[in-house]
Amino acid sequence: MIALLTRDLRLAFRAGGGFGLGLGFFLILAVLVPLGVGPEPRTLGLIAPGILWVGALLACLLSLDRIFALDFEDGSLDLLATAPIPLEGVVAVKALAHWLTTGLPLVLVAPLLGVLLNLAPGAYGWLVLSLLLGTPALSVIGAFGAALTVGLKRGGLLLSLLVLPLYIPTLVYGAEVVIRGAAGLGVTTPLLLLAGITAGSAALLPFAAALALRVNLR
Amino acid sequence: MELAVADLTCARGGVPLLEGVSFTLPAGAALVLRGPNGCGKTTLLRTLAGLQPALAGTVSCPPEAIAYAGHADGLKAVLTVAENLAFWAAIHGQSGVEAAMKAMNLTELSGRQAQHLSAGQKRRLGLARLMVTGRAFWLLDEPTVSLDTASVALFAAVVRAHLARGGAALMASHIDLGLDEARVLELAAFRAAPRLPQGFDEAFA
Repeated sequence: MIALLTRDLRLAFRAGGGFGLGLGFFLILAVLVPLGVGPEPRTLGLIAPGILWVGALLACLLSLDRIFALDFEDGSLDLLATAPIPLEGVVAVKALAHWLTTGLPLVLVAPLLGVLLNLAPGAYGWLVLSLLLGTPALSVIGAFGAALTVGLKRGGLLLSLLVLPLYIPTLVYGAEVVIRGAAGLGVTTPLLLLAGITAGSAALLPFAAALALRVNLR
Repeated sequence: MELAVADLTCARGGVPLLEGVSFTLPAGAALVLRGPNGCGKTTLLRTLAGLQPALAGTVSCPPEAIAYAGHADGLKAVLTVAENLAFWAAIHGQSGVEAAMKAMNLTELSGRQAQHLSAGQKRRLGLARLMVTGRAFWLLDEPTVSLDTASVALFAAVVRAHLARGGAALMASHIDLGLDEARVLELAAFRAAPRLPQGFDEAFA
């Protein structure tokens, strides 16, 4: 399992691994929004939580199809399915690797981009916390979607269509945490719901994804 | 331990290709599958490897004892030869990367990324992977594709050493591997009669 994780991380950081893809997209979005919306600080501060969360979500979506498609193409997935580690574990480890290379960098860079978008001072902590709690769910749900579409040629569109509805609860509660944090209101309820979604999807979806992979490998 | 297959029916895309396949492969033996293109060699190997379910019949040996090598080698282009092998060795909880590289004449290439290897070198690396799985039954699908004669001989020596250690190999191949002791199984004899099951719908196959 550890070997699989280190391999996936190594692959992501080597040339052509797509490590910077989501991060670059997130940066571009956060830089372009003030240019498009206008420099009015009050407007920017108002939309900042939503923009940051939507940006993080779309950045995650960009690299999802790589989770299994590359391994499927070069035959590694067949070999992993016949390897002594359970396929559920493979899914979980690959989702973790995706989060470490996509979700975690987004979490770390989000406060910086919050400055660009004039995020309310009280909301930075909540932004980081909500992303930290929410982005693992994005990776796990994405891994499930990627497992469903793994054998398809140009499955990217279908993957987005399948995954986006499943992302909505995470987006709604995640952005709600930041919005309420910015306004100085209590954030316990959306924060708990967000954590619940993450815990639930991390516990259940690896099994569903492994089942989908087995069917797709036939 | 032996691989005993009895009355196996396997299907591709829901349509039975082979039926009544029966053979035994004792430890220390090699069996070569022959048959025209599309007769179901790959399907049979994938079924035995546990990648797809059989429609009927039994396989005596669990997929955990079987190492499968398909058409694709499962190599990562940006990892070096040694890293690729070390990964599969770690997944299977084995060591012996050096020995595997030596046996397939890859030692000089150990630091080179897989994307810079030739097709034959990649194939050799894919076959060296089998040696670090530590599994007794090797299922090989066209193992000698893109190998030169010297490499085929190298491969035959590796298979022979594996057999001598009590392993067994089942190979689908069209060419002569130089393994004189290997038995040959003609798959054309097991071709399934063209029929579709009741209520067959390809969309749900």
